[in-house]
Amino acid sequence: MTAKKQKAKSQAASAAVLEKCPTGIRGLDEITAGGLPRGRPSLVCGNAGCGKTILGMEFLLRGAIDYGEPGVFVSFEERSDDLAKNFASLGFDLGSMVKRGLLAVDYIYIERSEIEETGEYDLDGLFIRLAHAIDSIGAKRVVLDTLEALFAGFSNTAILRAELRRLFLWLKERGVTAIITGERGDQSLTRHGLEEYVADCVILLDLRVREQIATRRLRVVKYRGTTHGTDEYPFLIDEQGISILPITSLGLDHEVSNARVSTGIARLDTMLNGEGYYRGSVILVSGTAGSGKSSIAASFAEAACARGERCLYFAFEESPQQIIRNMASIGCNLARWQQKGLLRFHSSRPSLHGLEMHLVTMHKLVMQFQPDIVVIDPISNLNATSSEHEAKSMLIRLIDFLKIRQVTTLMTDLTRGNDVMASSSEEISSLVDTWLRLRDMEHQGERNRGLQILKSRGMPHSNQIREFVLSSQGIDLIDIYLGSAGMVTGTARVTQEAHEKASLKASEQKFAQGLKLYERKKAQLEATIAAMRMEFEATTAEINDAISDEKTRVVAELSDRDRVAASRQADATARPGATGGRGARAKSRP
Amino acid sequence: MKTKAKAKAAASSPMEPDVGRWLLKLYVAGTGSKSVAAFANLKKICEQHVPERYEIEVIDLLLHPQLAKGDQILAVPTLVRRLPSPIRKIIGDLSNTEKVLVGLDIKPITA
Repeated sequence: MTAKKQKAKSQAASAAVLEKCPTGIRGLDEITAGGLPRGRPSLVCGNAGCGKTILGMEFLLRGAIDYGEPGVFVSFEERSDDLAKNFASLGFDLGSMVKRGLLAVDYIYIERSEIEETGEYDLDGLFIRLAHAIDSIGAKRVVLDTLEALFAGFSNTAILRAELRRLFLWLKERGVTAIITGERGDQSLTRHGLEEYVADCVILLDLRVREQIATRRLRVVKYRGTTHGTDEYPFLIDEQGISILPITSLGLDHEVSNARVSTGIARLDTMLNGEGYYRGSVILVSGTAGSGKSSIAASFAEAACARGERCLYFAFEESPQQIIRNMASIGCNLARWQQKGLLRFHSSRPSLHGLEMHLVTMHKLVMQFQPDIVVIDPISNLNATSSEHEAKSMLIRLIDFLKIRQVTTLMTDLTRGNDVMASSSEEISSLVDTWLRLRDMEHQGERNRGLQILKSRGMPHSNQIREFVLSSQGIDLIDIYLGSAGMVTGTARVTQEAHEKASLKASEQKFAQGLKLYERKKAQLEATIAAMRMEFEATTAEINDAISDEKTRVVAELSDRDRVAASRQADATARPGATGGRGARAKSRP
Repeated sequence: MKTKAKAKAAASSPMEPDVGRWLLKLYVAGTGSKSVAAFANLKKICEQHVPERYEIEVIDLLLHPQLAKGDQILAVPTLVRRLPSPIRKIIGDLSNTEKVLVGLDIKPITA
């Protein structure tokens, strides 16, 4: 228990010791977990033109404006009026800040040619000037840019080094948070080894040019007694100052949504379990050139705008006007959404600037526009300006950023050839939630488009390849004809359908013919039956005639006999009807 | 302050024609050993090589910190030759007479 208490106490104590001074520079405070060590000097080193001065300047400006801490800027390199111009480029009026007592600027100029050294000296002059500047405005922050200029001004480095050590101690004693800038050396962080005096915090800036595109990077080399991001973070300098992207620090614990958003293509929704993509998911549409990637992207964008959502469309291949025109040809009217302000395009060439600049631009636009969906068309071109690894790392950071904001992102990717695995998209496939693949199907001298869902996390989805048809009515997905000839698409499918129709008709005709034949046979039989019936009736009539003739003959005979009997005067029992009576009588006799 | 009074005394010495006038400023911080040594060395050199033709102004930056800016003083002691122009600066306690003479561009009197 006591040990625990002690631990807690020591933690509290260390927290108190490591008080931090927020820089106010976007991203830097996140990397350094709160800012620079308060009341201590920090070293910012880097090559010429990598942004040391601006970093120092912004540190003072943000301090003065956002945190109410006045600052002193001691420049060994730039004159005060040049500095004022530089400050103005960040949107700050140096003159008025000096007047308001927020800032003091001292330009220290050392002209070696007019200085002769003889005997012992010290840098009390510098200390006095600094103290004077600090006291005049009650400064809490100090920037010395670039202290190494002193090495050019004084030849006695033994004295100089001793004085520098004294200066850093003095700054600590004064309790000001200081930034000391230094030029990058060949072997060491700074040309004159300033890092050995500054033990607490060293930040390295770097400007690298690759493929003729420059990228700035920042790294916290050392920060004693605190955790800090150790990676190289890209940063950029624009009209709002420095933006550092500590995006790698983002975790994988963002909120997920169960809501679904329509793809804008009814049949595709059906393929994705009838509802479309998950909100906040990342969709990759990969395919070869001209396979309809942008059309899928545009459909998605239009559907989102139609729902009243905001869409940000990053186009790296086409201008907005061109996209609007082209998409109008498939019945996708994007212009009206742009006019309504629901859709915003941002077109730029991937080679315009480095990946980081793109990332930061996207970052800024997303923060500004607050979109519900983002379309990046295409991501493959970004690879052109840097290595795949860098592009991937940029995409990870972008995706994390968008996912945290619950933005549904659709990216298109141009693949080379139909082999998925050979394409660069394989690299980022693990990052995406839904992966649609558009493929070419060449058959009988024509090329048709096919669409297939390679994966879609967290939902049952169709495993079928659908034929993807673009028409002026929009996008349509059609079942592919599967037959003995294999998959058939396009004209071949149409031919096949016609063929099927024809054979159906033929069999219908054949049936009708058969039916007719039966009818005829039936009629024939009926006729035969009628003829036979007539014969039967004739025979019957003949029989009847014969019977009646016989009767007449018998009667006539009988009457003749009666007449004879009468004439012979025979008794009545001699009649034919009396023969039975005669028999019955004979029977009843025994 | 004591040193400054001394300097004024030197300044009030009889004027020579402007051609050979030496206007010197010595910046010091307090009255430490370096400051005292520098002033003593300077005075000695001036008396020896440009007697009666020099004027030394001693400025104590601890008392007048704002004056450091004007002559771009970092190191102390710093001797600034305002006249004859161009401006020359010598830092250190001026213990090396030869270097001071070169720095001030004074031709030593060989006599």
